[in-house]
Amino acid sequence: MIIIEPGSHLRAREASLFERSESPKETKQGNIPKIQGSQAPHLSSPHPPLRSLRRSRYTSRNNQHIQMKHILKIMALVVAISAIWISLLETSVIPRSYTWLLPVYLIMSLGCYGLLMVGVGLMLFPTCPQEAVLLQKDIGEAKEFLKGKGVDVGSD
Amino acid sequence: MKEQLEREEKNKYSIIIPTYNERLNIALVIYLVFKHLRDVDFEVIVVDDGSPDGTQDIVRQLQHVYGEDHILLRARPKKLGTAYYHGLKHASGNFVIIMDADLSHHPKYIPSFIRKQLETGASIVTGTRYVSGGGVHGWNLMRKLTSRGANVLAHTLLWPGVSDLTGSFRLYRKSVLEDVITSCVSKGYVFQMEMIVRASRKGYHIEEVPISFVDRVYGSSKLGGSEIMEYLKGLIYLLFTT
Repeated sequence: MIIIEPGSHLRAREASLFERSESPKETKQGNIPKIQGSQAPHLSSPHPPLRSLRRSRYTSRNNQHIQMKHILKIMALVVAISAIWISLLETSVIPRSYTWLLPVYLIMSLGCYGLLMVGVGLMLFPTCPQEAVLLQKDIGEAKEFLKGKGVDVGSD
Repeated sequence: MKEQLEREEKNKYSIIIPTYNERLNIALVIYLVFKHLRDVDFEVIVVDDGSPDGTQDIVRQLQHVYGEDHILLRARPKKLGTAYYHGLKHASGNFVIIMDADLSHHPKYIPSFIRKQLETGASIVTGTRYVSGGGVHGWNLMRKLTSRGANVLAHTLLWPGVSDLTGSFRLYRKSVLEDVITSCVSKGYVFQMEMIVRASRKGYHIEEVPISFVDRVYGSSKLGGSEIMEYLKGLIYLLFTT
């Protein structure tokens, strides 16, 4: 059974349903217009408050566990590194004068790594000059077509 | 293969394009969208913020050419929230594509977004300018430097899982977009960053597609100190709240 519902955006879908009217999945396809309607009931009310939108099925499938905040992950990493540093200080495996400077070395090497990534990225920055040429061609083609159809494409 | 064809036939793509003073560009964008999406069921939603240059008139003329069920014009008299949220309320597809109206995003990449989503079943497909196969044109060295520096900083702080955080040429599953957009509070390009970082934290499957970005308007707008401050504030905000 094909369900006809008002709404111009559903006309294309009904056309494709008619083509498949012999298939055994008819009743299942007949439900598709309804799924369209039910996908956005919470957005069709006049002034939906931003926070009250219902969570969809895709969220509950993906969010089986509580996500730890990112800042907590970084703090955990910092605490772990500090613990290693303090244990190195206490046990004196490395002479103390070097151990005191280890955090400075770490930060300096992080900074150097960052600068390296920026430099490498800058050298390998992908460019596409040929796309600009193609774009000009497309613009010319579009202007001709639209002029022919009566759309006003004078430059602004 | 037949299953994939059936799945393709059942998908409808809503393309949301926010516009402000894009009288000429919106006509070119819509022509290119219709040229490259011949076999796809889609609609274009133009969200206009009351452009004084007559963008809405042009869109009405285009509606005569292409049909009112394929082009929707939704004017926004006041700027409440983002244009995407407004357009989303009127979207009837099950996938939403967002893009810019100034032809920096070329509609010829939309089929590759769709193909990537069908191949991988991803919830979000984002276009990246920083991967080989994609690229940028019209940026001078300073612009590239700030872009690359900002990218490295964001990657060090946020570990986002995508290579292009501020890009705004993306395909979302509609339910995923609804879920993520309600938890975002920023505006502008920080909003784009917030969307993709929050989606990544929530565990959604995100894929990337290289796109080319031809910047024709950069010469007119300089990247000033206030933009850099806004970016840094956005990063700190995202660091502590996602």
